[in-house]
Amino acid sequence: MIILEDVKKTYSTGAPALNNISLHIEKGEFVFIVGDSGSGKSTLIKLLLRELTPTSGRIIVNHTDVVKLRHRKIPRYRRGLGVVFQDFRLLKDRNVYENVAFAQRVIAVPPRLIRKNVPSVLSLVGLAEKYKSKPRELSGGEQQRVALARAIINDPPILLADEPTGNLDPKNSWEIMKLLDQINHGGTTVLVVTHNREIVNAMRKRVITMKKGVIVSDQKKGGYIDED
Amino acid sequence: MFSLATVATISACVFLFGLFYSVVLNFSNIVRQAQSGVAVTVFFDEGISDEEIQRIGEEIGKRAEVSKLVFVSAEEAWESFKRENLGDYVDSFGDDNPLAEDSNYEIYMNDISMQENLVEYLESLEGVRQVHKSAMVATMLTSVNMLIGYVSMGIILILLAVSIFLISNTVAIGITVRREEIGIMKLIGATDFVVRAPFVFEGIILGLIGASLPLIAIYFIYLRVIEYLSERFAILNSLLQFLSIQEIFSTLVPVALILGVGIGFLGSFTTARKHLRV
Ligand SMILES: Nc1ncnc2c1ncn2[C@@H]1O[C@H](COP(=O)(O)OP(=O)(O)OP(=O)(O)O)[C@@H](O)[C@H]1O
Ligand SMILES: [Mg+2]
Repeated sequence: MIILEDVKKTYSTGAPALNNISLHIEKGEFVFIVGDSGSGKSTLIKLLLRELTPTSGRIIVNHTDVVKLRHRKIPRYRRGLGVVFQDFRLLKDRNVYENVAFAQRVIAVPPRLIRKNVPSVLSLVGLAEKYKSKPRELSGGEQQRVALARAIINDPPILLADEPTGNLDPKNSWEIMKLLDQINHGGTTVLVVTHNREIVNAMRKRVITMKKGVIVSDQKKGGYIDED
Repeated sequence: MFSLATVATISACVFLFGLFYSVVLNFSNIVRQAQSGVAVTVFFDEGISDEEIQRIGEEIGKRAEVSKLVFVSAEEAWESFKRENLGDYVDSFGDDNPLAEDSNYEIYMNDISMQENLVEYLESLEGVRQVHKSAMVATMLTSVNMLIGYVSMGIILILLAVSIFLISNTVAIGITVRREEIGIMKLIGATDFVVRAPFVFEGIILGLIGASLPLIAIYFIYLRVIEYLSERFAILNSLLQFLSIQEIFSTLVPVALILGVGIGFLGSFTTARKHLRV
């Protein structure tokens, strides 16, 4: 489902953020990516989203060669990926309903279906009543659940989450992780970047540990590897 | 803030365009009327024979700028002079024709700006005593009209450039303000078209508003000015026939709206295109 071969990414300044990384992720897997600040986790996510292109190497996602992807093919490619970020990235001037519906409008779902799908996915993340609220009227946990609803409403085969619990308290963090797990059980491949040691250790998933742009460990049913 | 400046500049652009267009159109209308009159009258040497007059007529008829040639015999000239100027005093002249030597050709032209050339040519002809230029005003009007045309073209082009520049700035600022939103939309898989559309739409709306305001202004100003001129120079009414507002607007409205929308579209589309790569 996701294949990286010798992927290197060097920003204009300094040492490579990713240094010849190779990685295979199968369909339906749930993978944690952990590592120090600056180890290249977000860079990896950006490469998968085609926000960046690698300096060298190959990236295949969902049978698409991401590196060779033409500019005007990018939108269609991204529609196959659900994304969630630490800072939620909701459209500030639109309410919860509109934020989630936007993802469906992008792929031209008929309005009749949007009116059916949005409430159902909002109740899945437990926000059915707040559909009229603006993002600023919601707590962090609620905003992240809106972002999650938006990420999964189109049923993408892959879900990418970059520190989805980074701004949340432990209770909300657990709720988001449980939702991600639930989505994974529905068949979606889920990739989660996180610093949350407790959750990683408790969930017993595949854990990829990065350090200074390389993968230092890749364990099935692994745990959070301590620095020292 | 920038939108205001943009609308104002487009307005100024379209306003000047409309203003000059009305003036130029009226001028050419007046010129055309003048042109339809006699441009040049040719008088012959004393005692010239009918055959020679005939020959001169054929020569003149060959000129491209001559649209019509009318021979006026001395008798006809006298008759028309009597009719126009003497009225009741006619009888005091008896049967004498004071204009016995004034048979002539009246020459009508299809391009009044060639008048000078024609006169020069006519004066060089054998048997021609005098050439009379009757409609100097027309040639002068034509050159004034052309001058106005060029000056207005220049000003309009400058304003056009400024309008596009301002639109493009307005859109660029809008894009900067909403950069985050745009980024989010793109990550969700929105196409360039979807992300660009609101900005291009904004540009077109600004262009439309910018074009409509001056049209309304010109409508009222034109009516007032025509009314004023007609009252003030009532004597000239037969000579100066102004065009109706409908005649002006039938072309001006579509052209101005297309101009406004064009400026809006061009300015916003190119900017949105430039700033919204990835
Ligand atoms: N736009 C950029 N320009 C230059 N260098 C960058 C850029 N983005 C990231 N880097 C550098 O690349 C390296 C990896 O950054 P990255 O954001 O991938 O780290 P990370 O693992 O996500 O860290 P964190 O856990 O703090 O989010 C860092 O050294 C960072 O300074
Ligand atoms: Mg990061």
